[in-house]
Amino acid sequence: MKIIPASDSSLLVVFGNAISPALHERVIGLFHSFQARHDPRIRNLHPGYASLLIDFDPLRLTHDELISVVQQLTLASDSAVGRRANVVTIPVCYDIEFGPDLLDVSQHAGLSPEEVVRLHSSPTYLVYFLGFSPGFVYLGGLPEVLHMPRLATPRPSIAGGSVGIAGSQTGIYPVDSPGGWKLIGRTPLRMFDPEATPPTRLQPGDRMKFSPIDRATFEDIPRHAEARLT
Amino acid sequence: MTIRVVKPGFFTTVQDLGRYGYAHLGISPAGAADPLSFRIANLLVGNDENAPALEMTLLGATLEFEESTIVALAGASCECKAGFAQVPVNTAFDLPAGAALKCGSMTTGARCYLSVQGGFDIPLVMGSASTFVAGHFGGFKGRRLQSGDVLQVRQHGSFRVRSLRPGALDVLRAPRPLRVTKGSQQDWFGPEAFEKLFSSAYIVSEQSDRTGLRLKGEAVRPREQSELLTDGIPLGAIQVPQDGQPIILFVDQQTTGGYPKIANVIAADVHRVGQLRPRDEVGLVEVSIAEAVQAIGEQESWLKEIFVS
Repeated sequence: MKIIPASDSSLLVVFGNAISPALHERVIGLFHSFQARHDPRIRNLHPGYASLLIDFDPLRLTHDELISVVQQLTLASDSAVGRRANVVTIPVCYDIEFGPDLLDVSQHAGLSPEEVVRLHSSPTYLVYFLGFSPGFVYLGGLPEVLHMPRLATPRPSIAGGSVGIAGSQTGIYPVDSPGGWKLIGRTPLRMFDPEATPPTRLQPGDRMKFSPIDRATFEDIPRHAEARLT
Repeated sequence: MTIRVVKPGFFTTVQDLGRYGYAHLGISPAGAADPLSFRIANLLVGNDENAPALEMTLLGATLEFEESTIVALAGASCECKAGFAQVPVNTAFDLPAGAALKCGSMTTGARCYLSVQGGFDIPLVMGSASTFVAGHFGGFKGRRLQSGDVLQVRQHGSFRVRSLRPGALDVLRAPRPLRVTKGSQQDWFGPEAFEKLFSSAYIVSEQSDRTGLRLKGEAVRPREQSELLTDGIPLGAIQVPQDGQPIILFVDQQTTGGYPKIANVIAADVHRVGQLRPRDEVGLVEVSIAEAVQAIGEQESWLKEIFVS
């Protein structure tokens, strides 16, 4: 473990330099320990693949004080094994209208579209962290055969809820935005709602499964009744 | 009491001191780009320093006040008029009922704050009134102000108008380089990279906003090009993308990123970043973490001393 003062108001705790569930478990362990403390001197926690950035109020806490807290908490959280993760199921309609790149992905992978859907919806994914935009999840666990290059030209507008693949990543666009991921489906669920508590459906450290639904079910899940996440 | 937006200016939003505690959900703090001027504007009219106020950028707004109101402007110098009369900056003043306050172009600095006694009545989203434009939430309807918008003002409580000691803010105007500490990926860069970073004059690009300020000048490169595992971004981080042109990540920044961060603007100089204009020239100078912590402590003491007691 390496502790780097990233700025006068933050500390970066680096557990390693790889994307691995084992390293990530240590990141989430420390993240949860800090969350449980409700320390008003800590302003923000930013988990990454293998690190945790801790942003604090430099008028009320010093780097040295925080370093010793980090050391105590990592000792305690590293020994707490077998934490049970929250498993969240996200229904996805892999209809060609929602997944305009599904055929392209299936050609690239040398599989039928049905096989792509089966492979994409079979793993239990790990939510490494959220970043890029509110509610945007970085998921681990995409089967290698589905790894795909991005679109050469990003689309100017993608509907919120769209599910896509880029490189070794799969994910969900939480709100309407531009983007270059290859789209294979869409969830009818709202992934980000600033008025809800919590505002996102997924949290760092959650496990997640995609569950295929047909077009009729997609239309049936009333988006507006789902507007609040809780 | 209401205020009607006659002209919104170039980019005017409701802000407070930011939205903290949600970075792990991908939510940046937003908040005033120059938190020091923002606080001064609020303290002048007797508000809590975190009361929602307007952040105007480069070109100010024209606003119509329904009732007589105590207001204050602080930050960039900006020619402001109520009717034909020039109004003072960095001083609380009384606007008569029906008056139109017209704020013009900013001559030095990029952002001017308008506080009203009582503060704007803005529903809190995740504990803050700050507008996060990219996320379409917070502030007034999650967006910048437009002509015809009507803002409500809170008028409860008792307020004590304050005034600044003469010349108290002169120290903010002295041009000097931005102070930075070494950043998260400082090991990625050799001495030549830091020498370039600290000796060059950079120009603030036109493509700069609340998410980040792109600097144009001497390219800075890591020892070798390797992939960084995406990690958290502190406020004011200076990241170096492939082209070597540094970017200062700012209040509306992404919470995580994959470019190496060579340095970080110190907390006591964040307010100066908020006043940089496109085409401004800016230098960077290194200080230690200890010096940076001392500077933010001194700035807090200074803020308490600039008001006439």
